[in-house]
Parts: sequence; C-alpha cells; structure tokens
Amino acid sequence: MSDYNFAYLDEQTKRMIRRAILKGLAIPGYQVPFASREMPMPYGWGTGGVQVSAATLTPEDRLKVIDQGADDTTNAVSIRKFFERTAGVETTEETAQASVIQTRHRIPEEPLTEDQVLVYQVPIPEPLRFLEPSEIETRKMHALEDYGLMHVKLYEDIARHGQIATAYAYPVKVEGRYVMDPSPIPKFDNPKMSGMAAIQLFGAGREQRIYALPPYTQVVSLDFRDYPFEASKADAPCDLCGAEDSYLDEVIVDDAGGRMFVCSDTDYCRARRAAGHVGAQGKTEDAA
Amino acid sequence: MYVAVKGGERAIENAHSWLAEERRGDPAVAELTIDQIREQMKLAVNRVMAEGSLYDPDLAALAIKQARGDLIEAIFLIRAYRTTLPRFGATRAIDTGDMACIRRISATFKDAPGGQVLGPTFDYTHRLLDFKLAADGEVPPAPQAAPRQEPTPHITGFLNREGLIQAEAASDETPPDLTREPMELPGSRALRLQALTRGDEGFVLGMAYSTQRGYARNHAFVGELRIGTVAVEMDIPELGFAIEIGEIEVTECETVNQFTGSKTEPPQFTRGYGLVFGQTERKAISMALVDRALRWRELGEDDMGAPAQDEEFVLYHSDNIQATGFLEHIKLPHYVDFQSELELVRRLRREAEGAQQEAAE
Repeated sequence: MSDYNFAYLDEQTKRMIRRAILKGLAIPGYQVPFASREMPMPYGWGTGGVQVSAATLTPEDRLKVIDQGADDTTNAVSIRKFFERTAGVETTEETAQASVIQTRHRIPEEPLTEDQVLVYQVPIPEPLRFLEPSEIETRKMHALEDYGLMHVKLYEDIARHGQIATAYAYPVKVEGRYVMDPSPIPKFDNPKMSGMAAIQLFGAGREQRIYALPPYTQVVSLDFRDYPFEASKADAPCDLCGAEDSYLDEVIVDDAGGRMFVCSDTDYCRARRAAGHVGAQGKTEDAA
Repeated sequence: MYVAVKGGERAIENAHSWLAEERRGDPAVAELTIDQIREQMKLAVNRVMAEGSLYDPDLAALAIKQARGDLIEAIFLIRAYRTTLPRFGATRAIDTGDMACIRRISATFKDAPGGQVLGPTFDYTHRLLDFKLAADGEVPPAPQAAPRQEPTPHITGFLNREGLIQAEAASDETPPDLTREPMELPGSRALRLQALTRGDEGFVLGMAYSTQRGYARNHAFVGELRIGTVAVEMDIPELGFAIEIGEIEVTECETVNQFTGSKTEPPQFTRGYGLVFGQTERKAISMALVDRALRWRELGEDDMGAPAQDEEFVLYHSDNIQATGFLEHIKLPHYVDFQSELELVRRLRREAEGAQQEAAE
C-alpha cells in the first residue's frame, strides 16, 4: 500500500467535500463552493471529479473511469491508476459492474441503477459564464432566478441560425429551479440525466464548485415550445457493432477522407459485439 | 482497417521513461545536485517557494530538478506536496522591522536611519555576457562590513509621524486562507495580498506595469524595499510562551503613492504593500502596485474600468497553476464535443446552402 491516506485526501478534507456533496444533493442544481485542494494532477484535468470520487469511494467500491466514453483514453487511464495506487479499490471497464463511475464528457449508454454513483468532471460549472464573466453577478442571477439572459441567447441563436447552436454542454433546468451546466457532454446525453436512478455528482476543482442531482431528479434541456430540444447524433449506425442508438465518434481511416463511425462508449460496443451484434465493418475487427 | 485505440497505459509508461531520460540529459555530463540548485539557482528556488506557498529551499530545488527547470511545473510539484502536509498551527506575525537586512533601499529619501544598503543586486550591473563565467565561476570574497545591530525602522514610519501617509487599520482578525476555504468575493485586502504573493510573477508584473502605463495609474514610488531574514515565532500552548522555530528570507516593498484626495479621504500619501518569500524584488514591487490599484473602493477613488482595479479579474487569473492546468487541458481528447460541433456545423451549412439556393431561384 501507499504512504497516503485512503484515496489520497486526508479525512478532514474528505469530510469537507462530503458536506458539500450533501448540500448539493439537498439543493439539486445549486453550485456549492468548496475548498478545492491542489491535487497531483493539473487543474482542468479532472481534479474536481477526482476529489468527489475520493470523498465517495469506500474500500468495497468498484471504480470505472471513462473519458470521451472510453476506458482506455490516456487521462482515464491516468485517473484509474491514481485510485488503484492511492485507494487500492477494484476497477472495472464494465458499466454494470461499477459502483462509482467517473466520467468526462459522456454518460454511459447502458442505463445506470440505484446502486451506482456517476461523477462528472466539470471545467466551467457556471452555465451563465459565457454570457456574464463575473462570478459575483452570476451568483446573484441564480439567487434571483434571473435567467432572461440565457433565454435571450437561445432566442438569438434561433434568429440567426434557425436553431439553437449549442451542441454540447447544453444548459438544463433542474426541478424547475436552477439552470445548470451538464458538463461538456454532447446534448445527445442530456435526456439520460433526467429521472436517472443513480446519484449524479459534479465536481469542478479549479472553480471550487460541487453540484449534484439526487436519483430521479427532473432535468429539462432549455428550449422553446416551437423549437423543442432535440438530442442529436451522427446519422449512422456503429460500423463495429451496428448499434443505432449510441453516440458515435467519427474516425478518419485513410488519406482519401474515408471515415467510419464507432460507438464512443467502448464498453457498450464491446458488450454488443460479444453478444453477436456485427456492424458493417465489424467482422475484420474481430479477426484482428 | 480501423482498430480501436488501445494501449494508452503502455504509452503513458513509455512516455514517462523517455521524460526521465530527457531530464537526465547526456549521462557523460555530471548530474546536478540539489545543493547546487539551491546555492546557485537561488532566485529560481525563491520563485518556486513564493508561488508554491511553501518555504523549503531544498524541496524547491528538488522540484526544479524534477521539472527540468520548468518553474511553473516545479511550483505545481510543491503545491501538490503542500496540500498533503498536516497543519500544526499558525505562527505569530513576522516583524519585518526586526529584519536582518541584506538590502534596503528607499527611492523617496536620499538617506534615512539605517541607510541605503544596496546588497546583492543586479541593478547597476552592465548586462554583458560574462564569458569568463563559462570557464570558471570562482570569485574572490566580497568586502564585508560589521552588521547593523539595532532594528532598521520602516521609511513609511517617518511619513506616518507627520500624518502625511494614510494609516492602515490595525486588526487582530485571523486573515482568511484561500488554500483552505473557497474564495468568496468581494474579498478582504488580506485575501487579495495572499492571492498576489502566490500569484504568477509574470501576471502580477504585467498587471503592475499596466497601472504604470495609465490603466488606473497610481503614481507609485518605492518608499522602501527591504530584503533579509526574519525570525518565525510560534506560541506553544504547553510552554505558555513563543519560541523561535526558524528564520525565513523575505522581500518587503512599501510603495508611497501620491494621492490628491477623494470624496472620502483628505490629500495624503497612500501605500501599496508587497511581501514575498525569498529575494524576489520584482514580484514584491509588482505586488505593491497591484495592491494599491485594487484599493480604489476603500480610498474612494473612481473605478477607471482598468484590469488592475478589477479584483475578480486579478484574483481569478493570477494563479499560474490553475491557469496552466486549464490552458493545457485542451490537449486532452475532446472528440466527443468536437463530433457534436461537426454535426452542428454540417447541418448549419446545409441549411445556409439551401437558403442561398432558394434565394437564387
């Protein structure tokens, strides 16, 4: 084992973070300030998620870490190794087997259960930040439920582009009260947040904020009656497993501009192929 | 045929091995020791201690070695180590009036009790590359004088006696600590000073420079700049009195700023304050200028809309560890977000082309 406390942070710090998490769960969508610590990985690389995971993990937990939906992307590997080293918890790549899932930019395709916690890494927790740069002002706007600026922005999008030109980090409203940043997930994932059985925790280390969604919380993507929200993805099936319902990455395969689409959720794709589903280019992949 | 990207773990390990090899450089060249860095790269060590918020020259030297001389990376190593240290208590406030000065200058008085002490400064060197140093760095010992025994009074104290300089409000309140509590704005001056002393030297310098060039100009003179060692004392409850637990070197700068008065304050001099670990005078002077600029509200001055007057702007962007982390995180994969943008741009283009065609018809 290591010389560090279980999951790196000392117990007092974990307690402070747990308090912030509990407050966040009690006021869904509200950004709770917390005394974020300097972690041994850089700000902007998941320090908020790592601190929330560290405060959430128990020795019995099984952890899954994904980045862009994949377990094998470099930063996911790095964070998983960090917890293997400092907490000694079991890790897994199988969504259903994990009790805590830390994610960056995706929600797994497989529906999560009441026994699971989903921890999001958040770069900019303030959904109003790019409309109003001052934190003093945006906190006031949340307190007064003054979201007019956001609606004007969405309206201007429609006036200019004929649609809301936000493809990821698409703002949501939680239980009819707080406008919340869902972290930079593609808007395809937004509907999964609403009514989710698992606890959803959001950690922003650099910006020192934690927020949360208790199970079965109503989460609505902002829209207008005549311009309803639409979850979108590439209009194609996965070339490896044939899935039509999963979010797809576009991969450039040759110098001639050839491309293929594959599931961004690598575990979902793997499980489907293991169950015998085959996409248009799936056969040779299995042989390789 | 596309094969899912695998092997991230091995790639990371190999990259780390290569990094270690690069850090060492040519094995035929003798390896740097921590002592060498601490003694001969002292100003780098000082910067790492100041911005790392941890006074330990050996650890700072180790961090510089490990970081291959990248000081922000070294500061990051120190910060990450610092968070794991238990906190035993707080020391008494240091008394810079009792400083054993190696350098002490005033730009506002030709002479003053305690005198002008130039100390080890680059100030009047001609910046000519010394090629002799490439071959042989040994130097004859510098001339010595008997050290001053009595305390060196602060220059601003003399102005204070005439009531010409604004008196600072004394307070025994425990100052806030932004490493333990989330930063809440508007902050107190103590919080701002803490953020500035650990802020990035380049950022604070740039902010200070902007005030000199007219973005909230505040007419600063270096009333006093002093560098030296001070005793650090701590009250030990079991003993019932304070004992000296060590010495630290600090740089203190007090600026004297011309001030013609405002709606609330009479004409008088005002000050900016800088205090930084080690010999770090560029940083201490910059800090004092920015401190003064941020005091506009307290002194009843106008908000010129200058960046250096904007507390939120300065405090949220002065920390180089936050800044570099967030800046460099854009190297991480973003292909999920990029994919959603790709689809959006393609759709917008399709619709724009459709609209153009319709217009043409």
